[in-house]
Amino acid sequence: MFEYAPAPESRDVVDLRSSYGLFINGEFVEGSGPSFKTVNPATEETLAEVATASSDDVDRAVQAARKAFGAWSALPGSERAKYLFRIARLIQERARELAVLESLDNGKPIRESRDVDLPLVAAHFFYYAGWADKLAYAGFGTKPLGVAGQVIPWNFPLLMLAWKIAPALACGNTVVLKPAETTPLTALLFADICRQADLPPGVVNIVTGAGETGAAVVAHPDVNKVAFTGSTEVGRIIARAVAGTNKKLTLELGGKAANIVFDDAAVDQAVEGIVNGIFFNQGHVCCAGSRLLVQESIQEELLAALKRRLGTLRLGDPLDKNTDIGAINSAEQLAKIRRLSDLGESEGAERWSPACELPGRGFWFPPTLFTGVAQSHSIAREEIFGPVLSVLTFRTPAEAVEKANNTPYGLSAGVWTEKGSRILWMADRLRAGVVWANTFNKFDPTSPFGGYKESGYGREGGLHGLEAYLDV
Amino acid sequence: MSRLSVKKTYKLYIGGAFPRSESGRSYPVTSAKGEFVANASRASRKDARDAVVAARKAFPGWSGATPYNRGQILYRVAEMLEGRRAQFADELGGGKRAALEQVDATVDRLVWYAGWSDKITAVRGAANPVAGPYFNLSTPEPTGVVAVVAPADPLLGLVSVVAPVIVTGNTCVVVASEPAPLAAITLAEVLATSDLPGGVVNILTGQQAELAPWLAAHMDVNGLDLTGVTDADLALRCEQEAAENLKRVLRPAKEDWAADPGTGRMTRFLETKTVWHPVGH
Repeated sequence: MFEYAPAPESRDVVDLRSSYGLFINGEFVEGSGPSFKTVNPATEETLAEVATASSDDVDRAVQAARKAFGAWSALPGSERAKYLFRIARLIQERARELAVLESLDNGKPIRESRDVDLPLVAAHFFYYAGWADKLAYAGFGTKPLGVAGQVIPWNFPLLMLAWKIAPALACGNTVVLKPAETTPLTALLFADICRQADLPPGVVNIVTGAGETGAAVVAHPDVNKVAFTGSTEVGRIIARAVAGTNKKLTLELGGKAANIVFDDAAVDQAVEGIVNGIFFNQGHVCCAGSRLLVQESIQEELLAALKRRLGTLRLGDPLDKNTDIGAINSAEQLAKIRRLSDLGESEGAERWSPACELPGRGFWFPPTLFTGVAQSHSIAREEIFGPVLSVLTFRTPAEAVEKANNTPYGLSAGVWTEKGSRILWMADRLRAGVVWANTFNKFDPTSPFGGYKESGYGREGGLHGLEAYLDV
Repeated sequence: MSRLSVKKTYKLYIGGAFPRSESGRSYPVTSAKGEFVANASRASRKDARDAVVAARKAFPGWSGATPYNRGQILYRVAEMLEGRRAQFADELGGGKRAALEQVDATVDRLVWYAGWSDKITAVRGAANPVAGPYFNLSTPEPTGVVAVVAPADPLLGLVSVVAPVIVTGNTCVVVASEPAPLAAITLAEVLATSDLPGGVVNILTGQQAELAPWLAAHMDVNGLDLTGVTDADLALRCEQEAAENLKRVLRPAKEDWAADPGTGRMTRFLETKTVWHPVGH
């Protein structure tokens, strides 16, 4: 492996304040709950103090959104579109600042926040901006729902914000959004972008806090639509909480995707796809290809190539442009990854990691793969949400389908084969919302995303994504 | 001396067969005037589970059948129902003309849904123009096994909730109208003679408040249609139970069965699958 000189991206582009309030009705206001610290997971340094929104604060935010809803929904779609186009442009203008801040707060490599997250965020706003005055042609009517309460996770903080806010606003709804407790900063910078765009006060409100704040958003009686991305465990609680109400609900939850490699696959491409599938964003990806299903006849060859490739991954400073694998987002998540990995070993699977030096401070976990994994093992069933790959084998296409579908989740799946008819045969049978054939972890605002079974319901992105925000 | 008629025993419809409730229970069904008509089976939890097993078993075959085939079978159901117009009108009771209108509307509804089998994909699918060298296609697919609590309207209401669920490839377990379950079992006789594979539609008669929560909580059921639940507490309980495995839930709402049904009942129990593939040479 070549030695690389460090190539750190400058932090100077980010102007961090020592504390942040809530963004309600176009103003930053104090929160009435106790403030909390958000830390850089790569160094454990405190980045800022952030306000906690109490249920009273959430109520104020919902009232502001309700008040703004009348005028916002009455605007001609072409005018709403222009606000969203403005936001898309402002995001492009401030892309570097947002990317650095995202990497600081989340721990993801700057290469990803710069080249994946931010371009997709801008593209998402650009895409839904164009829908705002074309809703009549989409087939879901043109009537917005009202106030959308949106709760998003920490793995793609700004991208998940874009997935939630862009279609909501395009359809004429107003929003109260709660970013994740560990990654609130880019959402708060987005609030500033809303102000630069002259977005009317109350159309976007951002309330920070932990689970209680999220629960208050979900439970608020004047919220018409709830959208959540996060764990299946919390998704269940939310589905229970909105039961018996008129709230419309979409959930994008966990996954345990199979990435299936046949013996005729292009091995080098498959190896890249496997690496991208599970080590992209430290494996903090709901659609991660966390179960590698490899055809028995090529297991040895493929694993040797995969291990060789893992040996070249660079783990370390997220702001270093050479970094492939950044920090685990939080101490809590690191503990979960460790617990499940230890369980993998104690249940009998064989653990392997490349030689990999971990920084002394911060939250880190080396890229890890397990072989000898049985379908009954915890690491083949539970979502680890970390850089941990479980390797299983199969002999026939039917067995691959059987094993791939043997999970309560159904978010995504991957298929690697050079045989076209087999791709389509597999794609037909895989019970998953996204099937990547000879590729993996590709996203686009025009492409609907969402799961089957316990991976949730509703779709985000594309024409399908409009349905969640219209009174169909 | 007038001939003594041979009366029908009303049983359940599970996996294409007509078993009695394993519990041996039944309940009396009365006419609008309160006269005894027949004893209906009162399905148990075990019957509900058996019905889910049958529905799950039928799912791969039914969802894997061609849409053309599913459409033909639904049309065949309409044909068989048409042939039994008089019997259904008789069983529905009330005014003869009104009853016949109900049967006719039911036949027409089946014909309407039959035609959707090979069109819903074109209406609900999409070719997505992603910003990169990828082929990207979204298509609707059936959710799986759907539990349906049928509305009080014994025939038109029943068919209006079952047809949209199965035409797209789902299989179902239906809780028939509690006070008026007999038309549902007679409909099962129609289904059983229409080339509809056993297990695609399973019909339980009995107490809604007893059966619905079991189905709502069943971990091998993927969707729940609560249209027939009028008790708000029961609906709430069922929706809460359904959260355990994130069932897709259709909440109860006042329905006008004479109105244009729209596509909502089909799309509620459809998933969207998006397939990506690189473009290259």
